[in-house]
Amino acid sequence: MKPLFLSALLLAAMSAAPAQAKLKVFACEQEWGALAKELAGDLADVDIATSPLQDVHQIEAKPSLIAKMRRADLIVCAGADLEVGWLPQLIRQSGNQKVASGAGVFFAASQVSTLQKPARLDRAAGDVHPQGNPHVHLDPYRVLTVAKALDARLVQLDPGNASVYQQRLAAFSTRWNAAIKTWEAKAAPLKGRNIVVHHDSWIYLSRWLGMKEIGALEPKPGVPPTSSHLASLVATAKSSNTLAIVRAAYQDPKASAWLSERTGVPTVSLPFTVGGDAASKDLFGLFDSTIDKLLGLAK
Amino acid sequence: MKKSLIALAVCAGLAAVSPVTAAAPPAQSRIDALEARIKTLEANAEAMREQAAAATAALEATRAEMEAMKAAAPTEIAVASEPTEPAAAGGANGNAFNPAISVVLNGSYTGHSLDPDTYQRSGFPLVGEGAPSAKGFSLGESEISLAANIDEKFYGQLTLAVGSEDGGTELGIEEAYIDTTALPAGFTLRAGRFFSNIGYLNSHHAHSDKFSDRPLAYQAFLGNQYGDDGLQLRWVAPTDLFIEVGGEILRGQNFPSGGAGQAGAGVKTLFAHIGGDVGIENSWLAGVAALKSRTEGGEDGFVGDNTLYVADATWKWAPGGNFKDGGVTIRAEYFLDDRDGQYIDPVDPLLDQPWNGKRSGAYVEGVYRINRQWETGYRYDRLWADDNGPYASNYDPKRHSVMLTWLNSEFSLIRLQYSHDQPNASDTDDAVTLQYQVNMGAHGAHKF
Repeated sequence: MKPLFLSALLLAAMSAAPAQAKLKVFACEQEWGALAKELAGDLADVDIATSPLQDVHQIEAKPSLIAKMRRADLIVCAGADLEVGWLPQLIRQSGNQKVASGAGVFFAASQVSTLQKPARLDRAAGDVHPQGNPHVHLDPYRVLTVAKALDARLVQLDPGNASVYQQRLAAFSTRWNAAIKTWEAKAAPLKGRNIVVHHDSWIYLSRWLGMKEIGALEPKPGVPPTSSHLASLVATAKSSNTLAIVRAAYQDPKASAWLSERTGVPTVSLPFTVGGDAASKDLFGLFDSTIDKLLGLAK
Repeated sequence: MKKSLIALAVCAGLAAVSPVTAAAPPAQSRIDALEARIKTLEANAEAMREQAAAATAALEATRAEMEAMKAAAPTEIAVASEPTEPAAAGGANGNAFNPAISVVLNGSYTGHSLDPDTYQRSGFPLVGEGAPSAKGFSLGESEISLAANIDEKFYGQLTLAVGSEDGGTELGIEEAYIDTTALPAGFTLRAGRFFSNIGYLNSHHAHSDKFSDRPLAYQAFLGNQYGDDGLQLRWVAPTDLFIEVGGEILRGQNFPSGGAGQAGAGVKTLFAHIGGDVGIENSWLAGVAALKSRTEGGEDGFVGDNTLYVADATWKWAPGGNFKDGGVTIRAEYFLDDRDGQYIDPVDPLLDQPWNGKRSGAYVEGVYRINRQWETGYRYDRLWADDNGPYASNYDPKRHSVMLTWLNSEFSLIRLQYSHDQPNASDTDDAVTLQYQVNMGAHGAHKF
């Protein structure tokens, strides 16, 4: 009798809890935390696991993150194995059944098509992502698709506030579509320009803006480049009227400075995510700043 | 629906106010009502217009995305028709549900100045896998691990270890357990064979260690690492500070227990860990644990009740929180071993004697991550023997170790380690180990 009563009480407590408390969102990256804030506003507490200056490929499953994961109702992450080295450990150690599987797990890369899906999986090519390049947030159209899916998920988890989420999505979409038009008009001079990247994290941005990636300093993810690769990269960068050597704010500037010295091609540090520089206060600022910095070199 | 509801509401409102406005001519109230209705309709129309605009925008965005996708080179882009499901799962191939398989290969060459066969540790018999590494070439501990969600309520993991012992090859089940994933309120129950969650290193697989061998305290008090068959219940508190508490009931087959006492439930443990961050560059974790064993026949000849207390503390600092690119990790653990029972000599019953006493041990290590490719570290080990009892000794063993590791990628490393070991009053063992360790298959996710 007693256990029955207890479990009934427990069940009641469980089903009652989510309706009262604010939705707790655990975002792996700044960009998806920012999107969750746009869509949920005051309805959710958004905890972001990583700082804009951390390499999200290489995070430790820290105790503080387990504690955050323990209280989450929803995790919002890039997916496509970007967080494979730490997220599964956090979920398992937290003992939080809400995010173990099902509606409490949201991966951005699963909502859109990904680029650079390797035809062949071989670690001789570095730490490749079998599900394609996970950095989909640098394509504003994909961001919008993710926003819609995320909004639907918020509605599913917190149906009582469905209308608010829908209104916020509508408002965000309107602003975002207008911003895309502005960005595309502004970024017209970047079309067709060549860039060298630090790591393959820019493909969505360069596709969108029509830029061409002619080389990468770290062509194999997670593996340092060979000297022969660097020599050929110097030659390519020199001869291709290269606009810039692009790196993310979190990456060590040494490698791009080295290449810049030998080629005369300027380096540029782009924010890569929300908070990556002073201007990138939100997703809009991220794209504003990114395009402004690239345009600054195109003049 | 909405329209008629609003109209109804307006009518109701009118009905409510009508007694007050009864003095006004009826025509006026009808005009008011009509005006109100027109306003409502206008508001509705505006809302619908907005919805239509949003829908058009969404349509435009989808179209634009489709165009962007078409523009992308067809060789590079694989458009999944059902993007929310992994492509592989759709196939008729049963292998699509294979668990994540990861293989750790590990091998080493060790040179000892003291023959490991004559190695004696004052006050501490060599138990479990706590002896110094073999000389010459050896296959360290290579392992195969399979892990997957079993269904929506269970997760399972199996780790098989291949090791060489006395020239032969041994295949053993290192871990084989299931975890619940659906218990409420932060509880996790584990059942099967697993490494106990006491201390820091004990629950970690050797391939995530920073040194090629375990600290002396682990070798002396846990036979290198304590794993057994049983149950574990763990609870994580819903707090900002990481707080984890739990307990285990285990068979008691392996050292520091033995003989599977109390009907095959001879070991009970309790553990607690707390941890957190200081800014984004510092993280810490600390814990205390106790292991209580009813030992029916330990490898060291012990029969009785033994209790082992462990305290551990870890501090990690990394510039910018990028632990793989640089930083320092400091760790210390302390062990206290308390015996209350008998020493039964395996050969000569005349040598049997009471065994009541305490021994302790500790280590402290510091690892400096120089950059993504290199790390180096130093470890100091110390054991304190008991002055009385069957292993009485007034000498306390100690050891210094230094290591340098080259990491080619996340998946491979080569380590050089030198240790200066003084296991007893008269011997010194200088050992040099060159070790490789690689990880194939599924990308592992390591604990802090």
